Amino acid sequence: MIDKVTPHITQNEPLLFERSSPGKKAYQLPELDVPEVDAAEALGAENVRAEIAGFPEVSEVEAIRHFTRLSTWNFAIDYGMYPLGSCTMKYNPRINEQAARTEGLAWAHPYQPEALAQGCLEVMATLEAALAEITGMDAVTLQPAAGAHGELTGILLIRALLEKRGNPRKKILIPDSAHGTNPATAAIAGYAIENIKSSETGVLDVAALEQIVNEDVAALMVTNPNTLGVFENNIAHAAEILHGKGAMLYMDGANMNALVGIARPGDFGVDVMHLNLHKTFSTPHGGGGPGAGPVAVKKVLEPFLPAPRLKKSGKRWAWDYRRKHSIGRVKAFYGNFGVLIRALAYILAHGGPGLRNATMDAVLNAVYIRKRLEAYFDLPYQSPNMHEVVFSDDRQAAKGVRTGDFAKRLIDYGFHPYTVSFPLIVHGAMMIEPTETEGKREIDQFIDAMISIAKEVETDPQLVKTAPHLTRASRVDETTAARKPILRWKPA
Amino acid sequence: MLAACGVNSPEELFQHLPEAVRLDRPLDLPPGISEYEIVQYFRDRAGDTALGYASFLGAGVYNHYRPVLVDTVVSRGEFLTSYTPYQAEISQGTLTTIFEFQTMICQLTGMDVANASMYDGSTAVPEAAMMAVRATGKGRVVVARNVHPEYREVLHTYAKYQGMPVEEFGYASETGGIDLEDLERKMDDLTAAVIIQSPNFFGIVEQVKAAAEIAHKRGALLVVVFTEAVSLGILEPCPDADIVAGELQSFAISPSYGGPYAGIIATREKFLRQMPGRLAGQTTDSRGNRAFCLTLSTREQHIRREKATSNICTNQALIALMATVFMTVYGKQGLRELARQNLAKAHYLAGKLDLRFSGKYFNEFVVRAPETINKELLKKKIIGGLPLGRFYPELKDCMLLCATEMSKRADMDLIASHAAKPQAQPQEVIA
Amino acid sequence: MYPENFRYTKEHEWVSVEGETGTVGITDHAQAELGDIVYVDLPKVGAHIEQGKSLGSVESVKAVSDIYSPVSGEVVAINTDLADHPEKLNTDPHGDAWLVKIKLGNPGEVQNLMTSADYLSYVGAEK
Repeated sequence: MIDKVTPHITQNEPLLFERSSPGKKAYQLPELDVPEVDAAEALGAENVRAEIAGFPEVSEVEAIRHFTRLSTWNFAIDYGMYPLGSCTMKYNPRINEQAARTEGLAWAHPYQPEALAQGCLEVMATLEAALAEITGMDAVTLQPAAGAHGELTGILLIRALLEKRGNPRKKILIPDSAHGTNPATAAIAGYAIENIKSSETGVLDVAALEQIVNEDVAALMVTNPNTLGVFENNIAHAAEILHGKGAMLYMDGANMNALVGIARPGDFGVDVMHLNLHKTFSTPHGGGGPGAGPVAVKKVLEPFLPAPRLKKSGKRWAWDYRRKHSIGRVKAFYGNFGVLIRALAYILAHGGPGLRNATMDAVLNAVYIRKRLEAYFDLPYQSPNMHEVVFSDDRQAAKGVRTGDFAKRLIDYGFHPYTVSFPLIVHGAMMIEPTETEGKREIDQFIDAMISIAKEVETDPQLVKTAPHLTRASRVDETTAARKPILRWKPA
Repeated sequence: MLAACGVNSPEELFQHLPEAVRLDRPLDLPPGISEYEIVQYFRDRAGDTALGYASFLGAGVYNHYRPVLVDTVVSRGEFLTSYTPYQAEISQGTLTTIFEFQTMICQLTGMDVANASMYDGSTAVPEAAMMAVRATGKGRVVVARNVHPEYREVLHTYAKYQGMPVEEFGYASETGGIDLEDLERKMDDLTAAVIIQSPNFFGIVEQVKAAAEIAHKRGALLVVVFTEAVSLGILEPCPDADIVAGELQSFAISPSYGGPYAGIIATREKFLRQMPGRLAGQTTDSRGNRAFCLTLSTREQHIRREKATSNICTNQALIALMATVFMTVYGKQGLRELARQNLAKAHYLAGKLDLRFSGKYFNEFVVRAPETINKELLKKKIIGGLPLGRFYPELKDCMLLCATEMSKRADMDLIASHAAKPQAQPQEVIA
Repeated sequence: MYPENFRYTKEHEWVSVEGETGTVGITDHAQAELGDIVYVDLPKVGAHIEQGKSLGSVESVKAVSDIYSPVSGEVVAINTDLADHPEKLNTDPHGDAWLVKIKLGNPGEVQNLMTSADYLSYVGAEK
């Protein structure tokens, strides 16, 4: 019952180094219009290298065939649904790519005079304002390079504020459903971590929170909606508890795709949060990056934001470096500007009403998947879900098929797997986030595939456990890779 | 779909949210615009930039030609619109290019292992420092004042809350290279890392070997930073470095007003487990064919959580792919040839100007010149050098200039006519 | 399954005492839970270890697990063979794949640990 895919031809391709032959080249340089310089004399003979041993030597045609062939070994959003929970794999509009390559913007040097960078600054200022409106916060920094980098920036801001108040405090509270970056970030910012258990309905246990918040607690880091896709209904109350004890509320905005245009963190007590522009705002994941992790804050944290800050003097934008309370820089220059352009293009294309519609579609898709699959899979938390839904492999595990195996079989049906084994509070988690990108046809195909595999688990579990079967590479041996790491090519 | 969900309108799907948290008005953003209008919007913004200017700025961001193949490859949806390659069976394209990237970074830097990229050079520096702290069990870091000033600022921000004291040591006023005596003075037995940059912020090739000796004598690691990756086409990497932390912007990554770029960390085999960031490794699939997968993930945040080597998650995969295509296009001969052209252009321009330092330089150099010449050059649509006073008060009458293969002789002659050596005769230079 | 002359911890380590020295490893139950073990991180010879504190870690492809020492004392030997053959922890956790030998600082501590019968019912209950 696989109606979406059939095996297709892929071509074999060696590594660049195996393909190389001496003397081949794919580059052209113009004739030098100045005199040659003797490298040994200019740099010191001892500093000049003989050659770059092993570096590739291929022709232009070989180069393009190499990368094109390799590209066909990837799955991608452009092929089909990519329901990775918490990753928000939505369509990456190509207009974003063109916008980011607009010549005067793409070739702008970060140190060119401000008078000749007004267009860049205008783009950044416009995006800052839009993100502040979307989040309901007072100020935004665009400097952090990615979500985890934004988290670090946000926690350092909290630390700076508390220090100014006389006590930086000792620990950060983190729910057991959190992304791994949260505890890793808190540790880098010099805080101890205290995990708090989720309630039976999969949300923050406010009564428990009230017990543990004291003068040692700097902040609570919470993802909302949380990693179960459930809105933290008590969030405003949690904020009151924290604020009552002088602690702050940090929100991980990884799941903001469920809220844009519907609810604003600034309106429910959040003091500081980051956004992942490569999730909510459609900038491409590109196989793992780049991203951008703007941080939005309430007024009280604004003085501590990384320097420099944008400011308007008269009709012109300028960088303000004199920020005496700033936590300092978290990155050279001003942020991942090229990613910021893409996010702004997305916001411009959608406009206010379009952004809200996208949120509604994203949630509708996830609720629809839940309704159609809950008869076939164990749903450990019954609370209403938003943009994603988390099942467990409980029923399938009885037949010896775990979430990871099940996910691999999805590949044979033409879909990327859902997120496997996360959040950790669900044993054998199957975390599904369709995003607003998918139409009913693709979603129904996905649902049918899930149901079909569930039936295969009953009738032929081995088929599922050894999946995928239709891919170019069969199950990859990750154990040997880790036991005997081979991390670079070497000549035989 | 609504019926299947048991609702009459999508709005009902949000009714479980407390009334108080729901936004009771539309977002205050203009309505959406068409593709054509978006193109126009960004063209208009670009009209208010340095479009059409020649630039001699370097200082960590370089104007190098971007071969056409680079965008051709990274625009393929298979690379552009895929996620981190956790599902190896359907990510062999990305994984193979990462493996090739790691290999080429090792070949360039002379290191044993390289990761699949960091956010950028500036954040790679504190990551390298923290790595040295873990590897040595010591806590203190010393960094040269001629490391990129903004990289040092980032290092200070990261270090501040981790009990990682950072101390700076000076440069020699004559040569512009690190002051070895000052480094000796600042060293102690609690020092985990010595951080230098080569070519340094002033463009000068550093005394890496001497720095390594001083570091190793006290049980510290030597971290060598680079911002101008093209220099590796001609400069011999130092075999005595322990960690190399660098920026690949020069490898076909648009200046893009400061990012996104791609940083790297490369190191010796023995420090592998302390290295942050993703890694691709070679293995086989169940049919016995060569395959690649992400590996040694237990170092990372999604598994080790608060004990991870770093909190980094997203990296710069697509940007690293740009660099991979660039390195492939230029290859063994081309990167060397490119480096030679940069060297020749820079020495041509520098030869006409009043150099501040005597050290050997690659494609950047510091000259004595008043900031006012930049104003004159702007009238001719040339962006001159970076005035250094804002970072180095003692160099307030100096600027940092960079020439690359993109620098035109005529423009360089024009700069020389405005900022020539005191003894030169400006009227002899053709503008 | 679980040797009767060993003592066991709730964190699934074992210790076998001979004279003044205790040999420490992880249990068969621990290796089965972890799956394919790919890396073992052990302390240096000469390190002082306390009962109940971490002495190192074992890693599978997607998990890291601390090893909590069943006894206090000085590390007198480590099993260097595991660096190249971590898979032995999966095949022979109670024998060849011992982790460290510790010169007991407080031999009486062993009495705090579970007997093989206790451990068997403990892991039975855990399931």
